[in-house]
Amino acid sequence: MGFVVSAIAFLFVMAATGVAARRLPSVPTIVYGGSAAACAIVVLWAAATLAGGGGVAEGWVLPIGLPWIGTHLRADALSAFFLLIVNFGGITASLFGWGYERAHRDSHAGPVLPLFPLFLAAMNMVLIADDAFAFLVSWEFMSLASWLLVLSTHREEGTPRAARLYLIMASFGTACLLLAFGLLATAHGDYSFDAIRAQAPSVSAAAFCVVLVLLGAGSKAGLVPLHVWLPLAHSAAPSHVSALMSGVMTKVAVYAMIRVLFDLLGEPAWWWGGVMLGFGALTAVMGVLYALMQEDVKRLLAYSTVENIGAIVIALGLALVFKASHTPVIAALALTAGLLHVANHSLFKSLLFFTAGAVLTATGSRDLGRLGGLIHRMPTTAVLALIGSAAISALPPLNGFVGEWLLFQAILNGPALPEWSLKIEIAVVGAALALATALAGACFVRFYGIAFLGRPRSRAAGEAAEVGAGMRLGMAVPAALCVALGVLPTPLIRLFEPAVRLMVEAGPFDDRAYQPWFWLAPTSAIGNSYNGLIMLAVIALLSVLLVLVIHRRASDRVRLSIPWGCGFDGPDPAAVTQYTASSFGQPIRRAFGSTVFRARDEVEMPEPGDTRPARLTVRWTDPAWALLFTPVGVAVDRLAERANRLQFMTIRRYLTLMFLALVVLLVMVAVTQR
Amino acid sequence: MTVLLASLYQIVQMLLVLALAPLLTGWVRLAKARLVGRRGPSPLQPYRDLRRLLRKEVVLARNASWLFRAVPYLMFTAIWLAAGLVPSFTTQLALAPTADLITLIALLGSARFFLALAGMDVGTSFGGIGSSREMMIAALAEPAMLMIVFSVSILVRTTSLAEIADFMMSGAVGLRISLALALIALVMVAIAENARIPIDNPATHLELTMVHEAMVLEYSGRHLALVEAASMLKLLLYMALIACIFAPWGMATAGGGLLAVLWGVAAFALKLAVGGALLALFETSIAKMRVFRVGEFLGGALLLSLLGAIFLYVSRGV
Repeated sequence: MGFVVSAIAFLFVMAATGVAARRLPSVPTIVYGGSAAACAIVVLWAAATLAGGGGVAEGWVLPIGLPWIGTHLRADALSAFFLLIVNFGGITASLFGWGYERAHRDSHAGPVLPLFPLFLAAMNMVLIADDAFAFLVSWEFMSLASWLLVLSTHREEGTPRAARLYLIMASFGTACLLLAFGLLATAHGDYSFDAIRAQAPSVSAAAFCVVLVLLGAGSKAGLVPLHVWLPLAHSAAPSHVSALMSGVMTKVAVYAMIRVLFDLLGEPAWWWGGVMLGFGALTAVMGVLYALMQEDVKRLLAYSTVENIGAIVIALGLALVFKASHTPVIAALALTAGLLHVANHSLFKSLLFFTAGAVLTATGSRDLGRLGGLIHRMPTTAVLALIGSAAISALPPLNGFVGEWLLFQAILNGPALPEWSLKIEIAVVGAALALATALAGACFVRFYGIAFLGRPRSRAAGEAAEVGAGMRLGMAVPAALCVALGVLPTPLIRLFEPAVRLMVEAGPFDDRAYQPWFWLAPTSAIGNSYNGLIMLAVIALLSVLLVLVIHRRASDRVRLSIPWGCGFDGPDPAAVTQYTASSFGQPIRRAFGSTVFRARDEVEMPEPGDTRPARLTVRWTDPAWALLFTPVGVAVDRLAERANRLQFMTIRRYLTLMFLALVVLLVMVAVTQR
Repeated sequence: MTVLLASLYQIVQMLLVLALAPLLTGWVRLAKARLVGRRGPSPLQPYRDLRRLLRKEVVLARNASWLFRAVPYLMFTAIWLAAGLVPSFTTQLALAPTADLITLIALLGSARFFLALAGMDVGTSFGGIGSSREMMIAALAEPAMLMIVFSVSILVRTTSLAEIADFMMSGAVGLRISLALALIALVMVAIAENARIPIDNPATHLELTMVHEAMVLEYSGRHLALVEAASMLKLLLYMALIACIFAPWGMATAGGGLLAVLWGVAAFALKLAVGGALLALFETSIAKMRVFRVGEFLGGALLLSLLGAIFLYVSRGV
């Protein structure tokens, strides 16, 4: 515990250093190095704590914060797992950020430096908060720190709008969480988590709480339809901050959901999970469909985060419904799948945002239409981006697949539930998840194929150069872990088993005959097992054999030539005719987008004899804006206009209004206290 | 002893699928030719084609990357391994516990992912057409396939292929509407995934109507041989999969002797022959559909399989 608190204190010192010594040339090295060191300490502490079988039993009470309550801090197994994820993301982001700042020194070195460690400290504080007040303060601190980081690129087009939207949604989320905790702490006014845990809320209070937490934490995590701010804000920030926001901060929101729904609220009702399953499935499918429509690399990645949050929420929903129906072993399987996906997504999403940052550094562009052929110019980045793209598309033997596999195994247990509606819902959710996974594959073929393969679509892409060692190292670490966790997931699953046990009172490997540590064979996946290590070994062995046989026995001659460019002449014929991001997405846009987004392709064809080029424009409407946010915005505007009259009244009327409000409140107190 | 025997069976299975795949393709081509009144080539022709391609030099685009050259090997290995995982003549395979049906689908997905990337590597428009259409087809075929897996595994309570085959052979399932729906959906998916008529035409020469062939247009020589062989393996894999789930009769089970294994091989060959003939009959009696109708075709498959799964979710209580 002391380690975590002192690491947080050290991060604050780093922030102060960033402000005080901002003229010093070596200050980025100090700040990023210090942040990485602080995160590394917490990672080691969290891993050791989990390996030791759980978290800290006794928390700290600091005499700051609300009077008579103080600030409660404690890190149980669940917190320790999330501390591990957050701070590991912090280490890689610091490594990458160090290289990134050097490449972009002139532009925005100033504001990012002090805020980066503050943001990390705030996320750590949310995870170790053990009372509602400390939690909410840290949560708001986290929102504001990340908001300021988004604003660090305020000169770029679109950033002010993104930041404003983020601020509105973050305030909305915090307000929801505030109300939720208010409901939880109602009787005694004791905000410590222990006190909340000790008393079961009434059915209606619990129901309100579930909805409020899904709104509050869901808006931070990016649940559809509250996701609208996420792609704008995440993509506007500098790339290492985008990685932290997308890969790590969304996980803090997932932590908040787990903390309240599995821990604080006590025994779940069956419909809580049902609601989560529905929104999770909607989020997963919509997120990836949005991602398929994007031309901006970072926005595409941010929408893909929305999709992955959907998958995680599906896993949490499954765990909740199985917990509610008293089948803890299957609940443990689902929760394990969810937590594993949390770890996996933080790895490959950080990796992919880093590669986007590297591409941005090298080409100055994040528009897919101006990239291409980077595999020749940036060989290391291209390999690492390929690992990230394959991992996020859930391809074996990488880590994304393991989480997906566990989740499908949990879904297959759906018929064991007593509620009919849930059975049908789980079948449909399974189909939606499968659809989202398959679409994610298409999305990342598009991302990788357009950005890294083919021919350069701009001069900058054709002259790009590989990025520096710091950035490459920052990308290589998560990439290596993507492979390692795909091949050997069981050690990590065993490591966070205490967290699963704490939440659902069972582990995924309960009453299963002993399996060696390199097999993945959870109990409730009846007789099913998966072994990434053997798969990788067999694939490697067969490939090597194949290469040897073919090159020994068959021809190994190669003749280089120019590819056929459909009759177009010139030095680089294929550059004119090659597929673009928009044309690659066209079949899927046509199959899905025409109904979901009302997407229309409009072709403007000049008259014969006219030499102007034909133009194709794609128009689409965002259903979240069209159906929810624009109407709400209009309503708020109207309401504000009406309420405007309140600003021009005499003092007598104001006093009357206050008196009336007081009377109404007293009546309410009198009625509810009876 | 069992482990040794299972490893031996596994190796035999890997070699058997490799040896039979071109023959199956040759047989389908011959049957199609006969059905439309041509004499058709010998069923051994695919072997000759592959040998010829292997001996030819590779003509490589100047700007092809290492990925383009590595993909044929990777995708061939992935599909070969996947084909080796489907029990064909025996359920006693050494690799059976390492990968279940979900992993098998994901392995095929990996192969497709990399081939689609290779299609975009050179930067010609045909590669892009092929890749984007292939991914659109996959986006519908893969969930349909997973829902079929759900249906089957809810009945059998496992996703392990060997256990599914064992269970289906025991006859404890009986006739089920869900299984019929799953079978129809699986056949539809298999047709789409193998680029057969009416989704795609494996023999077309008009690039604009092609999907799979457009994607691999830049390949030549030994690379093309590998890609072609992988397609042949994939066709065999889907037939073996349908046979394994819906007609596992004749397969050798645990404790089966040499005779049972030989009988299993013969039964497998017979199933392939029948399957190939049915495929030829189907392909000659239907016309290719527009690419954008493929969505409706596969959407139908997805809904059928979802319906089958929902029936089972509802009918099988605790």
